[in-house]
Amino acid sequence: MIAFIGRSVIQKIVTLFFVSVVSFVIIHIAPGEPSQVDPLNPKFTPEMVERFRQAFHLDRPLYVQYAYFYRDLLSGRTVSWKDNQPALPKIWERFLNSLPLFIVGTLITWTISFPVGIRSAIHRGGLYDRSSTFVSYVLISIPGFFFAYILIIFVVNQFQVPVIGMETFGLGGTSWLFRVNDRLWHMLLPSILGATGGIAVLSRYVRSQMLEVENQDYVRTARAKGLPWEMVHYKHALRNALLPFVTMFGLILPGLIGGSVIIESIFSWPGLGRMAYEAILARDYPVILTINFMAAVLVLIGTFVSDMLYVIVDPRIRL
Amino acid sequence: MSPEQTASAWHLEEPLAPKRTGFEEFWRLFRRNRLALVGMVIFALFFASAAVGLVLTSGSRPLCDPSVVRLQEKLRPPLSTPLRESLQPKDRPPLGVYLFGTDDLGRDVFARMLQGAWVSLTVGFVAVGISVAIGIFMGGLAGFYGQQRIRLEQVLVTAVLLGGAGLLAAGVRTGGAALLIAGHAWLFWSISPWGLHRRSSPPARLRFLQKKTLMVDTLIMRFVDIMLCFPSFFLILTVVALLPASIYNIMIVIGLTSWEGTARFVRAEFLSLREQDFVAAAKALGMGNLRIIFRHMVPNAIAPVLVSATIGIASAILTEAGLSFLGFGVPPPHATWGNILSDGKRFIFDAPWLTFIPGAAILIVVLSFNLFGEGLRDILNPRLRERN
Repeated sequence: MIAFIGRSVIQKIVTLFFVSVVSFVIIHIAPGEPSQVDPLNPKFTPEMVERFRQAFHLDRPLYVQYAYFYRDLLSGRTVSWKDNQPALPKIWERFLNSLPLFIVGTLITWTISFPVGIRSAIHRGGLYDRSSTFVSYVLISIPGFFFAYILIIFVVNQFQVPVIGMETFGLGGTSWLFRVNDRLWHMLLPSILGATGGIAVLSRYVRSQMLEVENQDYVRTARAKGLPWEMVHYKHALRNALLPFVTMFGLILPGLIGGSVIIESIFSWPGLGRMAYEAILARDYPVILTINFMAAVLVLIGTFVSDMLYVIVDPRIRL
Repeated sequence: MSPEQTASAWHLEEPLAPKRTGFEEFWRLFRRNRLALVGMVIFALFFASAAVGLVLTSGSRPLCDPSVVRLQEKLRPPLSTPLRESLQPKDRPPLGVYLFGTDDLGRDVFARMLQGAWVSLTVGFVAVGISVAIGIFMGGLAGFYGQQRIRLEQVLVTAVLLGGAGLLAAGVRTGGAALLIAGHAWLFWSISPWGLHRRSSPPARLRFLQKKTLMVDTLIMRFVDIMLCFPSFFLILTVVALLPASIYNIMIVIGLTSWEGTARFVRAEFLSLREQDFVAAAKALGMGNLRIIFRHMVPNAIAPVLVSATIGIASAILTEAGLSFLGFGVPPPHATWGNILSDGKRFIFDAPWLTFIPGAAILIVVLSFNLFGEGLRDILNPRLRERN
């Protein structure tokens, strides 16, 4: 066990090193330089550009820039090129904004897709199964931004749910209860949107896992013994079908950064995805690279956690 | 032995031929899967309309011109007739009505949708073509040659060549060219007969070059792990935003960032196929490795790749639409479904058709690809086949 942990940690650190190299090379090999973003701006005199290039080591060879950048990143001194603010506190602030959205979205995904998937597996081939299958295909196929606009039209006209930003402007003096309520209202639409794709995929997966288990011999035995059907389905089948999902707790971690760019920019939610988008627009390389590095760390931690959970949950795996 | 006896013995030993050919069986199963059938029909319609759209909207004097600006006719709802007196005859829509309405510049949305259909189609197919080609190559390499180890000299040659190319790209002309020439000379040396002959007994001080390092499989699979560490949409967005805006860049970038799944499938299939008897038989017949791979193994491994390619087309179309929506797609005068929608979002309450028509079109096309792909997966699953 210890040997397994040690080996996979070393492997993941090596992977992380190569990810850092690849992302650095990709971003610096692309044509154009950050100093050329706004050539018409009269403040960008050649001397300014030269000073800028020197301040951020842009005039040094690539491998020196790499060393400088990751030294700064690991010691927490990375500075955004856009406004000269330290990058990590900025990212942390945005991360705290994205986190509730992610948590609520994940909760919605898991609470809806399990009942739906289990029910359609139990009534396989029935009307419920077929319609939920079709609906989940539609949800997978619908472009997120299109669905967002449908919801916005519907919801704005019907329920007066706010669709812009994180909170209503000018709530300074109100009670905390009111503010929490306001925040929840603002979170409603973005988190539902963030959850739709997940619901569709996860409920299909739950259904197929459940079907696989329902075809096993021991389930037939349980049924043949004359056990009541809820006992057969929920105790014998479901428990064993749940096994792969424990490991998925690790794999949802990267969703914190990757999946929210479009939704956050539609709803003007000041989160991490939108920050990444703005950084890309401004060619703010330190911020882009830092977010990318954090995303890679999350992916690696996620796979590590899911491997560990699998070992813990499944007694058949011995190390 | 008389001829009749031989014939009857043949007859007995001959395996019973299946009652249906492979394609008939496929079609029989396919027809039963109604959703997949609908998906295929929509897919065919989409293909036809994209081809027709390409013919109608391109050329110097297209029949449906997607770029005619009629400012006096802006934001007309679908199926409205043009105001005849204020328009030049050549600016009138060819069908007599604005089938899908007009946008904020008075351009015919129907013509723009036709033009965009071809963009979506090519983005989907080219991107997936690239990713499947890379995936089969990488997965096949890892699955077939995976157990072989890379010699140190190969690593060195690669490093020399890459270093030369890098130096050339960085602007160091002489150094880069020298490294490239040296690397190529080394390569030719090692594949030339003289080089082969010498390699069988290298002098002791050069023997370290033959040292074995990594396994091919480890190398490729670690590379796949590295690629999987990037959040894909974020990576695509970064690269597309940094590169000059062009439809080819989008296709290539989507293709280059989505091959990992295919590579894993193909590797797994190859690992199991390699051990099977027909591959051993082909080897015993003295076939070359390439022939075994391409004539015998790839056709057997292609089924899951086809399924994932179909679904990959759907997600490539969605990705392109998302990029266009964020403003990183195909540059403006050219219409795509994503940027029609993204232009129309400002008028969502006044002109909802600008949002709903492209959105619904993307939804329907992507849905049809997904249904078709899932249908294929069910049909190609041997457990569902009837014994006959």
